[in-house]
Amino acid sequence: MAESPLNVLLKGNTGRNTRGLLRIIILGTIAAAAVSSRLFSVIRFESIIHEFDPWFNFRATKYLVQHGFYSFWDWFDDRTWHPLGRVTGGTLYPGLMVTSGVIYHILRFLTIPVDIRNICVLLAPGFSGLTALAMYFLTCEMSTSPSAGLLAAAFMGIVPGYISRSVAGSYDNEAIAIFLLVFTFFLWIKAVKNGSIMWGALTALFYGYMVSAWGGYVFITNLIPLHVFVLLCMGRYSSRIYISYTTWYALGTLASMQIPFVGFLPIRNSDHMSALGIFGLLQLVAFADFVRGFIPGKHFQRLLTTMIIVVFGAAFVGLVVLTVSGVIAPWSGRFYSLWDTGYAKIHIPIIASVSEHQPTAWPAFFFDLNFLIWLFPAGVYMCFRDLKDEHVFVIIYSVLASYFAGVMVRLMLTLTPIVCVAAALALSTILDTYVLATPGPNPKAKVVEDTSSEPLRSARKPDVGITSYLSKLVVTSSVVIYLLLFVAHCTWVTSNAYSSPSVVLASRMPDGSQHIIDDYREAYYWLRQNTPHNAKVMSWWDYGYQIGGMADRPTLVDNNTWNNTHIATVGKAMSSREEVSYPILRQHDVDYVLVVFGGLLGYSGDDINKFLWMVRIAEGIWPDEVKERDFFTARGEYRVDDQATPTMRNSLMYKMSYYNYHTMFQGGQAVDRVRGAKLPAEGPQLSTLEEAFTSENWIIRIYKVKDLDNLNRDHGNAVAFDRGHKRKRATKKKGPRVLRTE
Amino acid sequence: MPAKRTAAASAGPVPAPSPPTIPSSSSTTVASPSALSSGPKTLTTNSSVLDIAHTVWQQYLATTPQRTLLLDAFMGFLVLVGGVQFLYCVLAGNYPFNAFLSGFSAAVGQFVLTASLRMQTSSPSAAGVVSSGKGGKGKAAAAKETGSNGISHERAFADYIFGSLILHFFCINFIN
Repeated sequence: MAESPLNVLLKGNTGRNTRGLLRIIILGTIAAAAVSSRLFSVIRFESIIHEFDPWFNFRATKYLVQHGFYSFWDWFDDRTWHPLGRVTGGTLYPGLMVTSGVIYHILRFLTIPVDIRNICVLLAPGFSGLTALAMYFLTCEMSTSPSAGLLAAAFMGIVPGYISRSVAGSYDNEAIAIFLLVFTFFLWIKAVKNGSIMWGALTALFYGYMVSAWGGYVFITNLIPLHVFVLLCMGRYSSRIYISYTTWYALGTLASMQIPFVGFLPIRNSDHMSALGIFGLLQLVAFADFVRGFIPGKHFQRLLTTMIIVVFGAAFVGLVVLTVSGVIAPWSGRFYSLWDTGYAKIHIPIIASVSEHQPTAWPAFFFDLNFLIWLFPAGVYMCFRDLKDEHVFVIIYSVLASYFAGVMVRLMLTLTPIVCVAAALALSTILDTYVLATPGPNPKAKVVEDTSSEPLRSARKPDVGITSYLSKLVVTSSVVIYLLLFVAHCTWVTSNAYSSPSVVLASRMPDGSQHIIDDYREAYYWLRQNTPHNAKVMSWWDYGYQIGGMADRPTLVDNNTWNNTHIATVGKAMSSREEVSYPILRQHDVDYVLVVFGGLLGYSGDDINKFLWMVRIAEGIWPDEVKERDFFTARGEYRVDDQATPTMRNSLMYKMSYYNYHTMFQGGQAVDRVRGAKLPAEGPQLSTLEEAFTSENWIIRIYKVKDLDNLNRDHGNAVAFDRGHKRKRATKKKGPRVLRTE
Repeated sequence: MPAKRTAAASAGPVPAPSPPTIPSSSSTTVASPSALSSGPKTLTTNSSVLDIAHTVWQQYLATTPQRTLLLDAFMGFLVLVGGVQFLYCVLAGNYPFNAFLSGFSAAVGQFVLTASLRMQTSSPSAAGVVSSGKGGKGKAAAAKETGSNGISHERAFADYIFGSLILHFFCINFIN
């Protein structure tokens, strides 16, 4: 690539070879750094799949490896969404699983027996190395200076915004999707530059791969047409654009329709309509351009006017007809929530309840991007200075992605690549201007010479231009300091913030040694060992994938969240009184109920803290049975202590969380450490459930749903009777009081 | 139909005014009269739209080389095929929707691929002309690009086949 002009130091052919070799070595080092900085969690904990979604991907991958591709494609999973089941093969993005399946089989073929789990754990770091490489190619298309490419690759390798989704073990779609995103953009830039069908077709192929891997492909689907549209508006139509865009669109749309989950969306869904519209527009522009070659301007204008009127009339009528007849589906909810941040909260609580769909806090930008965030505008400005087609792309991308990253936390991921590109452009310009031996640094001059590895060169250069020795030294050393700080920051963030598996928790003992809290796996393993293979486990949907993956038990709801009503049913069961919940549990064949309780340990991500979302989601379906207001005290506080509202205290979730909790403490001293609340001395009574298992630190509590009573009493009576029977007549007066508090 | 103006300008039998001097903006007026003078028919300033269209057609027939005409005929055929399928879909319903989609997109895709091929081959200097015409701001870069950008006919045709293979693979896979 980038046959850079002569370096001052290394002249001639050998010099070029040396520099090529150096570049390869540097890229290899960057890739190695990218991979190894993601291994914190493996070293600190173990090779384990993280968080929630990866567990499903892991389970699907195991299924794929065991049963082969075709049965994976037609997989109907009856162990999730219990009564309903899920057409898993048609409702997932198969790219990730197929990728690791292919790697698995290749390794097997090479007689390297690797456990599929290790492939899944290490897939994300492996692809991050490739991302760094793709980033190098992309940036080299933007700038003549190869130092920009190398800088961008290095940034991309270790920037926390990307590491957050690609540490070892976070086996999620984003793991490969970011590589595909960057590489697709590289191919697209290449296609626009060369105007060849081949690059366009390659773009389409990788776009298809991207579609198979991540729902975020819509970003590409809209960004590329926007790029073309802006180029058209700038009067830059050329055959290169026509060739690359139409090839990409025709092939890419077909490729995307091969994925069952996407299906007919590309021609039905409004999210994809801009691409189609630009495709049509480009045909017209090309035709107009063709006709213009034949006739003088005046006639052409008249012809053009006629054409425009005819075409727009037809298009308008067609659009109205299609919209009225409902062929074009309305925009999807997630899309609306991009434009109107309050939309989801009002209409779709299930989207708003996911923490990564919340708007980004400002410090997060610095936290995830460090000094790149202030180099970013400078880089965008550099793009304005020589405004070629590819620079227009960078500008559009950065504007769009900045907006989206501000709206949703997880879209920070799409912003990160362009920040790396822009920052690398800015920084390489600075370095090229100050480090090079041109007498009198002139920022305007098109510097063609450059450095392939800037710290090395900076050490040797400054003695040439004596006059600017000081300024060179100051600038270079400050840049180097910034780079070092960046590396330190990235390492710190990665090791402290992003390397926790969240399945296994770590805490520090008073003496500084590490203490592993492994309640999740303890509880899931208990389920796996002590319950029948078909025991249905009800939990809030966050834990559905983990139960499916680790405990291998059927669940009612999971993180797929495709059926809001079903989730609301679970929410209702959790937030209602036992008398209401019990029939729901019976109807759904629930054998065990699992709750997460952090009160003992101070683990804040527990179910009581998520409880309001359950209430809200349930309220969305049954507004007159579940009311969010009832869970707040008269003063509008969300309390769990003795001030808690009766609805709160009678809800199944509250009872399950605090059942028997007071017995841990001496005489009425029970304290919830998450909410800092002192609990009532008398714990809640459960009549329809019985405690089956509580993990070491009480994080996971599992309850067994009682069978119907033998004597046909309702459970409340039965429990009261039992209590009365065991105790003396005198205490029987307590019976009704117990009932009343329930 | 969509194709490209440079086809007429540079590949015609008529010694056309040298295309590279034509900037892409409205200055066609300057260059075209000389081309038109040898064309089949001259236009008055206020002739009707139909007349203009007719002239364009005449001009097109007179200036397009045989091979490009062949491509154009193929493109016309594809438009016809796509149109028929679309008509069928509108009139008789879209029941095997996969089949309709893959048939229709095969036609559309082949059409755009052929149009791209036509753009690349109808004039040897096409890419160069366009890039130097459009990339007005980056003159140096455009000049540098022309070297790598002058896609040879063989390369263009190989690309075309590559694209078509992918296209038809997807179509067959999608047709059910």
